[in-house]
Amino acid sequence: METFILIGITGIGLGALYFLVASGLSLIYGLMGVLNFAHGGFLTVGAFVGFWVASKTGFETSMSEFILAMLVGGLAAGLFALLIEQLLITRLYDRHIDQALVTVGVSLVVGAVLGGWFGNDLRMFPAPLWFLTAIDVGGAKIPADRIVYITTAILLLVGNWAILKFTRIGLIIRAGVENRNMVNALGINVRRAFSTVFFLGGFSAGVGGVLVSVYSNGVSPLIAGTYLIYGFIVVVIGGMGSVPGSFIAAMMIGVIRQFANYYATGLGDFVVVILLAVVLLIRPQGLLGKVRA
Amino acid sequence: MNALSVSDLHVKINDSHILHGVTFDVPAHKVTALLGRNGVGKSTTLKGILGLYPGTGSVQLNGQEIIGVPTYKIVQSGIAYVPEDREIFSSLSVRENLALASRSKDNRSAFATIFELFPELDTRAAQIAGSLSGGQQQMVAIARALLNKNEVLLIDEPTKGLAPKLVTEVASALAKVAHETTMLLVEQNLALVKRLAHHVVVMDQGRVIFQGGPENLADSAWVHQMLGVSGGHK
Repeated sequence: METFILIGITGIGLGALYFLVASGLSLIYGLMGVLNFAHGGFLTVGAFVGFWVASKTGFETSMSEFILAMLVGGLAAGLFALLIEQLLITRLYDRHIDQALVTVGVSLVVGAVLGGWFGNDLRMFPAPLWFLTAIDVGGAKIPADRIVYITTAILLLVGNWAILKFTRIGLIIRAGVENRNMVNALGINVRRAFSTVFFLGGFSAGVGGVLVSVYSNGVSPLIAGTYLIYGFIVVVIGGMGSVPGSFIAAMMIGVIRQFANYYATGLGDFVVVILLAVVLLIRPQGLLGKVRA
Repeated sequence: MNALSVSDLHVKINDSHILHGVTFDVPAHKVTALLGRNGVGKSTTLKGILGLYPGTGSVQLNGQEIIGVPTYKIVQSGIAYVPEDREIFSSLSVRENLALASRSKDNRSAFATIFELFPELDTRAAQIAGSLSGGQQQMVAIARALLNKNEVLLIDEPTKGLAPKLVTEVASALAKVAHETTMLLVEQNLALVKRLAHHVVVMDQGRVIFQGGPENLADSAWVHQMLGVSGGHK
């Protein structure tokens, strides 16, 4: 039973990391139709800026210093995303192939610049010592960092939900995900909402970058690769433009992958791909996605 | 005086040339009916005016050129649009659909007027719009267009697919609105057109083939020749 709980909570923790990457991807694609391969670059920028802030705190990083590193990393990634949107994406709306090429290019440039500057080796991320402790849940010893991943994902989910539900920009984003042209036809400049979504998506990816660095035992320019692929799978399974859909899909994938890896050694990735295929066959718009107008 | 003047409007969608120099006027404070068989370009004309399809030529709103202007700015300058398939936001509530459309910070009196016109929307304000009937969705679509002060109202087939009782209800609402605003109405229901229209424009194959008063709608031979449907009286 302890093993079952341990694998389950570890899977939820992993799912939380996938969600942090996927929530921005989902909103960006759902609202703007932009297949944003630069999202991995946002995650990496957030990770490195967070690493820089955490490194300034000395030998032992406190929890509040770590939270500060996460927030600054998220903010830096959000601003970087906004810059990319304003400089490049605004010129390429409705040009999907060009968007894919440019965003892949941005991702490669970010990786190359950071790789040239810091090297590609993992650098230990200064995290609070508390992360190395274990918490007893039903007899299972759960690594404390998993609780941080899950809590952060839930906070971001609630934050996203509150923005989408209670603000005018959120209302515009929700309507724009459903029918962008009709939002324009109501006299609303939907492109302002695009910038907000890019910032929010970048922020989540940046926060995710800091946590992924802790989970992966260090920060590196190559850190985003696997998570970006899983982010795209989460978006497709959860439904384009649905943040709650991304949350459910991320948790499903994290847990299923962990259980599959434990009970059928090494088959975790394979099971996730099968899950993706099944969802695409049964419900092509994803779990909570809507058929677009 | 014309509220809207469309001149030599061409619209191409992908490689198809849909509108071939559409030219007509929409007199101010009158209802202009845009008629024609299915597929002649009526809905495309409305979307071309609104900039939803990029076009060339000239479209003037009260003498101001709006061709090439972004759609949201055209709408802000005073053109409201009720699309053919309603295009309400199905995941939002009725109130959220209306709030999204409202451009005024204090919209209480506008909401009160709308709820007076469509009392059913008041009782269903919290309901998700996607769960409304077709007629109720049409009310939301029309209400969205009426929330703001507009110069011209573009309405595309407001009674399409509605039950006869709802057609009467929507027609009554449009008749009330017609007294206060300029309207360009695309409509297949000739009875409604006869009731509302002061001016008629007929299109065929992406061109305007007739502009004039609504008297001809009483002539069944003319209606059959122009619109390919039976209607009117000898």
